[in-house]
Amino acid sequence: MFLYLPIAEISVNVFVILGLGIGVGTLSGIFGVGGGFLMTPLLIFLGIPPAVAVGTEANQIVASSVSGVLAHWRRDNVDFKMGSVLLIGGVIGSTFGVFLFKLLRELGHIDLVIMLSYVVFLGIIGLLMLVESIRAMQRSRSPTRRRKLHQHNFLHGLPFKMRFRKSKLYISVLLPLLIGVFVGVLSAIMGVGGGFVMVPAMIYLLGMPTSVVVGTSLFQIIFVTANATFLQATLNQTVDVVLALLLLVGAVIGAQIGTIVGAKLRGEQLRGLLALMVLAVCGKIVFDLLVTPEELYVIAGGGH
Amino acid sequence: MIWRIAVFALALSAWAGSTAKAQPVVVDLSKSSVDITAGFTGTEVLLFGATSGYGEVVVVIEGPKEIIGVRRKENVAGIWVNGRQIDFKNVPAFYKVLSTNSLDEWLPLAVREENQIGVEYLNLKPLDSNIGAAEASEYRAALIRNKQQINHYGDVERRLNLAGGRLFRSEVFFPANVPVGRYFVRTYLVDKGKIVSTRTIPLNIRKIGIEADVFRVAHQHSALYGIAAIVIAVLAGLGGNALFRRR
Repeated sequence: MFLYLPIAEISVNVFVILGLGIGVGTLSGIFGVGGGFLMTPLLIFLGIPPAVAVGTEANQIVASSVSGVLAHWRRDNVDFKMGSVLLIGGVIGSTFGVFLFKLLRELGHIDLVIMLSYVVFLGIIGLLMLVESIRAMQRSRSPTRRRKLHQHNFLHGLPFKMRFRKSKLYISVLLPLLIGVFVGVLSAIMGVGGGFVMVPAMIYLLGMPTSVVVGTSLFQIIFVTANATFLQATLNQTVDVVLALLLLVGAVIGAQIGTIVGAKLRGEQLRGLLALMVLAVCGKIVFDLLVTPEELYVIAGGGH
Repeated sequence: MIWRIAVFALALSAWAGSTAKAQPVVVDLSKSSVDITAGFTGTEVLLFGATSGYGEVVVVIEGPKEIIGVRRKENVAGIWVNGRQIDFKNVPAFYKVLSTNSLDEWLPLAVREENQIGVEYLNLKPLDSNIGAAEASEYRAALIRNKQQINHYGDVERRLNLAGGRLFRSEVFFPANVPVGRYFVRTYLVDKGKIVSTRTIPLNIRKIGIEADVFRVAHQHSALYGIAAIVIAVLAGLGGNALFRRR
């Protein structure tokens, strides 16, 4: 069954898109990741224009983060104060990011910047996860070492200190603000929630307890991606609600499958598998950038 | 099939009626507009007409004119990036030619050039007149190649059959990705290397239904569209969560 997407302006097979939503939704259910960093490149592989894939994915992440944050809120795993500081930074960052997106689009380089961002981040995250999961598999065979609650480094010496009760932290607001700005820019350019950068940053840079990290990250992602959605819609007209809805339906179903499957399977091995998938997507993008195109000239849509 | 016979009969009667006024060529389409809806996968429009018994017929189907940019990919440090762009003006978004016979034999090049019959005779000029001829022609060829690739341009097709030397008909196919806008179907009657009669029929290709509304709102009321997109997403998230909770 084919459906014409009004903004992407192409016909897609409904079941392919639903399947994609279910697949990525299942992964996010298993691993607790947003899935944007897999969904956006997969949409691009399917032939959705990169700019539309990015704008639409921001819209879809709003929904999945709302859904996710409620579950964490019920378990009292959201640090709203920290989340608010991060989201102020995030809104500033994503606003800047969308304007940058518009500028790059006019210069004709947006596709390249999206692809290169993906190569860099998928590459880094994929490798880190792979190393992590291999270590975890080894560790499960040997006795574990206890880590300190968090390490202090020079970042904790910055001014404007603020107390974050839930995170058991007394740190400078500048740090979460800057992290928020950085992830906001990424989120706007790459069409991701940014959880895959935000979560490690919260744990390793801010030193937040792992229990509140995911909930707080999801909380701020709602606002950052909502801001990105609004700006992408108004400045670039690249948000396809029909596509977003199709993906959503798939993602909701997938998330349920994911939680069931995730509870039955071994974590480290799955994480290793996810890492390999991330690296495979990264590899495909690199290949596309390097291989000589059959047609050297492309229609650019015109100067109107 | 019945409606096809019906329109054909209609063509006959139109032709019969027109001969009284001595129209050298008459032509019509089975539809005056093509509607693109959610499930649109391309459509065929029947073109039919009649001559008064002499000459050959060539039909040009031309989409709305627009400015189209062509970019050349360049290899920078091993990576293929978008390089120079040249914008062309008056580029038909869609262009197909149907004829009763091979054009080369009976239509002089000067006439083809003047009337832009055949992709190679399209008058495609860069927006910026300072661009060198050699470079412009390379980009122009690439533009046509790209348009042919996505089935928006076609070579001359000998698909018009003159039945009894007078009646002609052909299906005109518009693919799923057909550009929207106001089309013109120009029919030329050619005799002894000269165009003796021309008929032009407009054809509207438009999006209708929810898709069209979504597109219109997204472009004309983009702030409203953005807010609606967020509201839908938040509601969907809440809905998804409610489903989860009941389990």
